[in-house]
Amino acid sequence: MSIIENFDLFAPKLIDKKEYFCPGHRACQGCGEALAIRLMCKALGPDTVIANGTGCMEVISSFYPTTAWELPWIHLAFENAAAVGSGVEAGLKVLRRKGRIPDRDVKAVAIAGDGGTMDIGMQALSGAMERGHDMLYVCLDNEAYMNTGIQRSSGTPMGASTTTSPAGKVIQGKQEWKKNVPEIMVAHNVPYVATASPSYPFDFMNKVKKARKVKGPSYIHCLSVCPTGWRSASEETIKLGRLAVETGVFPLYEVEDGKYKMTIEMDELRPVEDYLKRQGRFRHLTPEQTEKIQAKVSQEYNKLLDKVHGLHSWSDLEFEWGLFE
Amino acid sequence: MAKQVGMEVGIAAAEAVGLCNIDMAAVYPITPQSHIAEHLSDIVADGRIDAEFVTVESEHTSISCVSGASATGARVYTATSSQGLMYMHEILPIVSAMRLPVVMGNANRAISGPINIWNDHSDIMPQRDAGWIVFFAESGQEVVDMTIQSFKIAEDNDVMLPVCLNMDGFQLTHTVELIEFPDQKEVDKFLPVRKPFATLHPDHPISMGTLGMPEIYAESRKSQDEALINSKKTIFKVWDEWEEMFGRRYKPVETYLAEDAEILLLTMGSMGETAEIAIDELRKKGMRVGLVKLRLWRPFPFEELKAVVKKAKLLIVTDRAVSFGGSGGPVFIEIKSALYHEKERPLVYNSIIGLGGRDVPVRDFVKLIEEAAKSGEKGIIKDYEYYGVRG
Ligand SMILES: Cc1ncc(C[n+]2csc(CCOP(=O)(O)OP(=O)(O)O)c2C)c(N)n1
Ligand code: SF4
Ligand SMILES: [Mg+2]
Repeated sequence: MSIIENFDLFAPKLIDKKEYFCPGHRACQGCGEALAIRLMCKALGPDTVIANGTGCMEVISSFYPTTAWELPWIHLAFENAAAVGSGVEAGLKVLRRKGRIPDRDVKAVAIAGDGGTMDIGMQALSGAMERGHDMLYVCLDNEAYMNTGIQRSSGTPMGASTTTSPAGKVIQGKQEWKKNVPEIMVAHNVPYVATASPSYPFDFMNKVKKARKVKGPSYIHCLSVCPTGWRSASEETIKLGRLAVETGVFPLYEVEDGKYKMTIEMDELRPVEDYLKRQGRFRHLTPEQTEKIQAKVSQEYNKLLDKVHGLHSWSDLEFEWGLFE
Repeated sequence: MAKQVGMEVGIAAAEAVGLCNIDMAAVYPITPQSHIAEHLSDIVADGRIDAEFVTVESEHTSISCVSGASATGARVYTATSSQGLMYMHEILPIVSAMRLPVVMGNANRAISGPINIWNDHSDIMPQRDAGWIVFFAESGQEVVDMTIQSFKIAEDNDVMLPVCLNMDGFQLTHTVELIEFPDQKEVDKFLPVRKPFATLHPDHPISMGTLGMPEIYAESRKSQDEALINSKKTIFKVWDEWEEMFGRRYKPVETYLAEDAEILLLTMGSMGETAEIAIDELRKKGMRVGLVKLRLWRPFPFEELKAVVKKAKLLIVTDRAVSFGGSGGPVFIEIKSALYHEKERPLVYNSIIGLGGRDVPVRDFVKLIEEAAKSGEKGIIKDYEYYGVRG
């Protein structure tokens, strides 16, 4: 039996074979975001409406008159995926209540890049989460504004060279640490927050499925390797995603009702150098700079472990989302 | 029988929205729109209508949010003013391009700077090319009637465009007027539940708001322009239906003593009522003056306006916004260029007036018309002048 036949035998039990994000889109080879979306859609299933912010994924998937989307999909602008998504949620909710659409649980899902989420879309995201819409928000974090040519965002890691944080003679790469948006979402008391990576497909899809079931807002922050922007080999996408986790640069965890849990546990972390050295965007880093990054990664990882061990679930407090429903 | 009640116009606007049985509203407060937002939230909180009232964190989100809901097939409303409208600016042309029915009330207010909360039209004029249907109401009655009409027009499957109804901030929104409210049953008959052309639903997945390459972008813009121009037909049809059911007649260009007038004054919005009194005074003095009131700003009613002004010698266009470094105010620029090819046409004079809440009483209209008439006789017409402005 060939590998493909084996796949046909076993895969349907583990994964929906139907494609909701179809081939023929124009993403680069080895695009981590496109893979993440494909898996995300499989985990969500057909009863889903997607609101997409401007960025690579919107552009590569929707060249009129073609579309890669088998799910209902809407795009308005760069910074308003959360706002449009919350309108979709409100619309579906009221029309269902009034009997104007079938009485089914259709989930509103907003997606945008790190720029559309962590920078220009932060306000809309915060507002939507605070209002508590029954909506999943997925940030596809490829750590820069890729669609416009690899410019720096607040998601770009320290030291990475981008087209607006270049490795110059005096200033070398980005000079600031990455913004921790999952933590900001936890601070909004969002009932389900998780980090994810398409390099761990089942972990990712399980998280999407969990988030889909939440009655209220949920947030998934997905690290998505971008070979074009990271100056990495396109066949290394999956490997780089795993290295990000294995080095502790991007730990995979979830926060359910305030309770932190590592979903992929590491007995020992690999040195960050293993991750950094495979990417052209870090090529200029000196051993001292790499050491600084190592120190910060270890510190952040330990902070996270403290939370994993120290914080309890709200469900002990009988927390419920919404007072009157 | 419809009943007449004395009511603040902003509150009445919210009552009209309630009569339309909206499904969803997203509103962010700003003076002088706030009473609309507050009263609408009362209507929903008291269970008078079954709707989602989304308390957004900004106007950028209010317009994005109602657009998302409209795409699911809901009847949606928002309202704003001034800086709020400016903040929405990025999204406005996307809503019309995506052919999403949205109704928005705009309580006209000056834009910053300097910051100023009072009335003029400098908020709506920068939105001129956003592809929306744009109305101006003159009275509380018109605000109520036109709010209801706006939903019917926006949601008509021959139109599918957003509508902005302008009402002068304070001068109109905060004035108590005697208003006749139609019965709920009559409104339901006039405005049945929305029947959307296409919606976001898994039963028939579609992609909305896709990427337009150079091969298609221009065609999409042209067809949108045609859609806006074509909406005139539906607007007139809806106005005919309104007259039949409620007895009040609506026209894109209203006139007052204009038939035999040599001099015409043109206003938009609530100034029209004051201007009528000035026209009466000047008529008593024997001057052949009349008034033209522009109710429909987009799509612009060229034919209707030309027909009304062609016999006059002088047309005085008032503008309540500035087009810095341009050839006059935005309304004047529009009208002057529209008349360029006409054989029969008046001289056109432009007065920028009533900026940032500066009061324009009857005597100012009288003076404005008399002075313009004098320079008109000599055939000297400056491009535009600021009326009564120091320095
Ligand atoms: C208001 C606004 N500012 C800037 C842009 C230009 N722009 C479009 S996409 C984009 C970057 C997208 O970056 P990100 O959200 O990280 O998505 P990616 O393309 O990396 O997936 C920018 C800056 C825009 N479309 N709208
Ligand atoms: S630039 Fe990066 S994120 Fe964008 S399509 Fe290419 S690989 Fe994917
Ligand atoms: Mg990005």
